[in-house]
Amino acid sequence: MVNDKKAEIENNLTRIRSLITKHKRHDHIFAGVGMFIIISLTITLLVLFLDLVFDGYPRFNLDFLTNFPSRRATAAGILSAWVGSALVLIVTFFAAVPLGIAAGVYLEEYAKKNWFSDLIEINVTNLAGVPSIIYGLLALGLFVYGFGLGQTILTAGLTLALLMLPIVIVATREAIRAIPIHIREAAYAVGATKWQVSLHHVIQYSYGGILTGVIIGMARAIGETAPVITIGALTFIAFLPPSPVGLEPPFINFEWLEAGFTVLPIQMFNWISRPQMAFHVNAAATGAIIILLTLLMNGLAIKIRYNIRKKIKW
Amino acid sequence: MVDKKRKHPKEIIKAESNALNFSYADGTQALKNINLPVYENKITALIGPSGCGKSTFLRCFNRMHDLYPGNKYDGEIILHPDNTNILDKRVDPIEVRMRISMVFQKPNPFPKSIYENVAYGLRVRGEKNKRVLDDKVEEALKGASLWDEVKKRLHDLAFNLSGGQQQRLCIARALATDPEIMLFDEPTSALDPIATMNIEELMAGLKEKLSILIVTHNMQQAARISDYTAYMYLGELVEHDKTNKVFTNPRKKETEDYITGKFG
Repeated sequence: MVNDKKAEIENNLTRIRSLITKHKRHDHIFAGVGMFIIISLTITLLVLFLDLVFDGYPRFNLDFLTNFPSRRATAAGILSAWVGSALVLIVTFFAAVPLGIAAGVYLEEYAKKNWFSDLIEINVTNLAGVPSIIYGLLALGLFVYGFGLGQTILTAGLTLALLMLPIVIVATREAIRAIPIHIREAAYAVGATKWQVSLHHVIQYSYGGILTGVIIGMARAIGETAPVITIGALTFIAFLPPSPVGLEPPFINFEWLEAGFTVLPIQMFNWISRPQMAFHVNAAATGAIIILLTLLMNGLAIKIRYNIRKKIKW
Repeated sequence: MVDKKRKHPKEIIKAESNALNFSYADGTQALKNINLPVYENKITALIGPSGCGKSTFLRCFNRMHDLYPGNKYDGEIILHPDNTNILDKRVDPIEVRMRISMVFQKPNPFPKSIYENVAYGLRVRGEKNKRVLDDKVEEALKGASLWDEVKKRLHDLAFNLSGGQQQRLCIARALATDPEIMLFDEPTSALDPIATMNIEELMAGLKEKLSILIVTHNMQQAARISDYTAYMYLGELVEHDKTNKVFTNPRKKETEDYITGKFG
C-alpha cells in the first residue's frame, strides 16, 4: 500500500519533470534566437563603425576639426560642417522642444477626447514616419520661399525641428501617461488648477522621458541629410557664420541665423562623391564622428532615463 | 433638518447631502437619493461592502468626479454656515477643494521633498513668504504627529519614508491649508496595525479642529473612531445614526447582517 503510493508519486514526478524540460526548451530556443539577433546586429554596427575608423584614421587630429574644406584632401577639415551642425541643432532644439512639450501636455491634460483629438493623434504618429525628404520639400516651399527665410541656418533648424517634433510629442505623451492617476488626484485635491498640475507635477515628473525623446530626436536630426540638401545647404563653405556670442555688448547676436551653412552629413556626402580616394578618407573620418556623436547622445539618453527611474518609483 | 437638530440638540451640521444622485459616464447610477448630514467636529464613518458607493459619495465632497468627463451629479451638498451648494455648476470645484481636503487610500506623496509636499497646498494658494511657509509646515507636521520623525530631514525625498509615515505626510499636506472638512478614503487599508493605530489616534485629535468624513472597510475601525456611522448598500444609504447605536442596536436588518458578519 505504502509502496504503491510511493511508486505513484515517483511516476508523477517523472512526468512533471519531462514536461518542465519540454516547456523550458521554448525558453532556451527563444533566448538563443534573441541573443543571435542582438549579437549579429551589434557586430554589424561595430564592423561598420570600425571600418570607418580605420579608413578615416589618418585624419583623426585636431587640424581636421579646425580646418575648412580644401581642394587638398589632407588639408581639408570639417570646421564649417560641425559648427553648422551645432548651430542648426541649437535652432532645432529651441523650436522643437517647447512646442513639442506644450503639444504633448495639451493633448494629455487639456484636450477633450473626441474624434478631433483622435485625428490629431493619428496625424502626429504618422508624422514620425513621413520620409525626411518630404519635410525638406515642405520646408523649401514654406520656409525658403513662402516665408522668405532663404537657405539659412534658421531654415535648416526649423526643418529639422519639424522632423523632431513628432518624436518629442510622442515621448512627452508617453512620459505623462506613466504618471499614476493618484499623484494627479493628490495635486487636484489640494486645490491646484490644471495649469499648476501641469507645471508643478506633470512636466516635472515626466522630465526624464521627455529628455530621452529630445535627445533621441536630436540624434536623428544630426544625421539627417536629405531635407537639408533639399532646402539648399551649401556643399563647399570656407567661412563661419557670425558668432552667436560676442565680446562686446549686447554679447548675443542673431545674425548667424541668416547665414549660409553646411552640416556634417552633407560634408561627408560631398567628399564621398569626389573621384579622388584621398577625400574618401575624409568622408570616413566624418562618418565615424557622426556615429560617435549619435552613440554618445543615445547613451546619454539611456543614462538619464536610468537615473530618473532610480529616483522616481511610483 | 429641523427634525435632525431636535434629535441631536448639541450637534451643528457642517455639511449635508440632499437627494444626492450620481452617475458615472458609462451610465451606471452609483448613488441613489442620499441624504446625510456631516456634523461639525465629529467623525462620520461610511461603511458598506465593496462597490456600495461609499468612496463615490466621499469623492462628491471635493468634486473629484469633475476630473473625468461625463460624470453627472444630481441633488445637492450644502456646506454650512454659508449654505453653498458645492455641487452647483457655478461653484468652482477648486474653491470646494480649497475648503475640503482629502487623504487617499494609497499614500500618494509627490516625488518631492517632505517640506514641499506639505507646503504645496499653501504654494497653490499663492503663499511665498518663507517664514509663513516654515511655520505652517511645522504646524501641519506636528498636527499629523510626524514632526519629531522628520524635522531633521525636511528636505529629503518623501518616498524615503515608510508607508505609515507617507500617509501621515499626506494628512499633513491636507491639514496645512486649514480645511473645514477632511475626507479620508480608507486611509489605513494599505498600512500595518501600528501605523493604523497612529492614524486613528491622529484623527481623534483632528476632529477638535475640523469635521471628518471617512470611508472604511474595517468595521472595528468605524466603531473605534467615529461618532456617527452610515451604512450604505448598492448606492443607497441604508442607515445613519450615532455609531454606538448603529453597532449595538441597528434599526435595519441589513445593517445588522453586515455588522455581525452574516453578509459582506
